[in-house]
Amino acid sequence: MTRMIVHRLLVGLFVMWGAASLIFLIVRAAPGDPATVLLGPDADHAQIVRLRASLGLDRPLGAQYLSYLGDVCRLDFGESHRLGRPAMDAVLDRLPATVDLTLTATVTAVIVGLTLGMLAGGRPGGLLDRVVSACTIALQSFPTFWTGIMLVLVFALNLRLLPSSGVGTPQHLVLPAVTLAFPFIAIIARLTRTSLVETMSEEYVRTARSKGLTERQVLLGHALRNSLIPVVTVVGVQVGALVGGAVIVENVFAWPGLGSLVVEAVANRDYTVVQGATLLIAGIVVVLNLMADLLVAQLDPRIRTGAV
Amino acid sequence: MTAAGTARGHGAGKAAPGTDGPVLRIADLAVELPGPHGTRVRAVDGVSFDVPRATTVGLIGESGSGKTMTAHAVLGLPPEGATLTGRLLWHGEDLVTADPARRRAVRGREIAMIFQDPLAALNPTQRIGRQVGEIPRRDRLPRAEVRRRTAELLDRAGIPEPERRMRAYPHELSGGLRQRAVIAMALAGNPELLLADEPTTALDVTVQSRILRLLADIQAADGLAMLLVSHDLRVVSHVAEQVVVMYAGRVCERGPARAALRRPAHPYTAALVRSVPAVRTRTALAAPLPGAPATPANRPDGCAFHPRCPLVRARCRDETPQVREAAPGRWSACHFAEEVLGE
Ligand SMILES: Nc1ncnc2c1ncn2[C@@H]1O[C@H](COP(=O)(O)OP(=O)(O)OP(=O)(O)O)[C@@H](O)[C@H]1O
Ligand code: SF4
Ligand SMILES: [Mg+2]
Repeated sequence: MTRMIVHRLLVGLFVMWGAASLIFLIVRAAPGDPATVLLGPDADHAQIVRLRASLGLDRPLGAQYLSYLGDVCRLDFGESHRLGRPAMDAVLDRLPATVDLTLTATVTAVIVGLTLGMLAGGRPGGLLDRVVSACTIALQSFPTFWTGIMLVLVFALNLRLLPSSGVGTPQHLVLPAVTLAFPFIAIIARLTRTSLVETMSEEYVRTARSKGLTERQVLLGHALRNSLIPVVTVVGVQVGALVGGAVIVENVFAWPGLGSLVVEAVANRDYTVVQGATLLIAGIVVVLNLMADLLVAQLDPRIRTGAV
Repeated sequence: MTAAGTARGHGAGKAAPGTDGPVLRIADLAVELPGPHGTRVRAVDGVSFDVPRATTVGLIGESGSGKTMTAHAVLGLPPEGATLTGRLLWHGEDLVTADPARRRAVRGREIAMIFQDPLAALNPTQRIGRQVGEIPRRDRLPRAEVRRRTAELLDRAGIPEPERRMRAYPHELSGGLRQRAVIAMALAGNPELLLADEPTTALDVTVQSRILRLLADIQAADGLAMLLVSHDLRVVSHVAEQVVVMYAGRVCERGPARAALRRPAHPYTAALVRSVPAVRTRTALAAPLPGAPATPANRPDGCAFHPRCPLVRARCRDETPQVREAAPGRWSACHFAEEVLGE
């Protein structure tokens, strides 16, 4: 168990390093740099060269990379010259809004997805199963921005039930969270269904039946927990995708979270903010994956005792 | 519920007066499964035999002959989509037509099953003690009592240090201990009939004989009836009083185990015996069964065994032989059973 945690933490560190390096290269691969953006289109060449030098952007890429890694290790993510404050401060300012959004979406998706999956898997081939499966296929095949726009059209513009964008009240959270949750609901529901159906055909389920248990006792006492194991693993992995989806949803709904900050920062070549936000998101995903692994280990003693 | 079923009552009726008949009478049992292209396949077809009180009945036959399916049908757990017909008279009460609640009440407490693969039969996420003690726990016995009873069951099944083993997960035990745990689990409801489906095939040879010994001891001590499914004729001839031989979902022979295996009344039994070196002749030369076994899905017309039978005649191809008493106590589904017996 401890070995597993240490192993996962090392893998997590490696992932963080990979994310740090990739984003470092990607932001610099885009045309233009912070100096040109900060000075605007009217700046002359000499001004740009001077600002570049003062930002350290004239140094060789390798040297920039090394000092960047060194700073990151000291948790120094640099200044955003455009915002005139430390990049991480700007990122952390926006974090709560994104956490609100993704957490609401995740909780919704887990509750709705598990319920639908269990209802469908409880009677495979039944009416409910077919309805749920049709719905989940639909949910999974619509792109997030499209669902978002449709929901806005129906609930905000036509029915005028909910605000279409912005923040302030819990109602503001509903449409973006639901939009973000939709594909996730589909994934969880389908996986739960498959897993439950598979588990119910396991031999130990027949053993449970052979003890004279009712179907309900078999389901609650033997099948449910075991069928959740693959679901938890996938949820842990998919939370990363959810954070990615949040970037799109935040922009559709003008939600002031990390997503919209990153889009602005990319447009303005605000390297430090893009890097800081990416590293923070990567860190969160690594921690969430670790938590999912721990939960799986809690559910499955074979993993806990290192048998698998 | 029939009078006999009520008379059995709670545990006390194990040797209820007036039940000299078999504890279980299987009559014309059939299990139909959905086959390819909307067809129905009779995986078990017209099977009849008795399991007398406190007796071990061996059920043998090649792979796919329907042994497991028969045992599952007795337990009331046929595969998804299967239909059961015929009668399963449990102390005279027909379980085929019994309502689901009554069926559940019988399961585990009157008829219990030991499954073929102990690792697969145990829930990987639950401790052994929880699984073995499930029936007492569901009976809402006090916790300490459930623990005591669980430890006692494990001890009976020959598991050393039961208190410690109770806390183990299935994957932490050896194959032999796992099978013992499965046996303990089957005994938890004080059943009167044990269905043991190849209880030793998943184990090492050395462990196999110890598990069989254990089962035989428990069977004798508790006066249990036992249906022992096996494809090991040696095991059956040692442990069972009666034997039922199945081929392609049908019974081809039944009778006293020793006699039937020493002097078969059906060419299929004879071929099975010849395929095992030590049972009859004690020579090292075994004659493997010629040809491939018929399956219930494409069972030949007439006698299902006729494509492989050394005695086959014209009649065998058109006329399906019925199981009949060819000699006192010796039942055979061969047109020429007397001839086979006389060999
Ligand atoms: N779940 C199922 N659905 C459909 N057909 C099945 C199912 N299980 C078994 N069968 C078929 O039913 C027939 C009888 O199978 P069964 O498992 O009872 O054989 P068996 O005598 O126990 O064999 P073995 O010695 O291999 O355990 C076989 O032809 C098999 O292919
Ligand atoms: S009925 Fe005919 S084919 Fe069948 S076992 Fe007897 S002799 Fe062989
Ligand atoms: Mg079998």
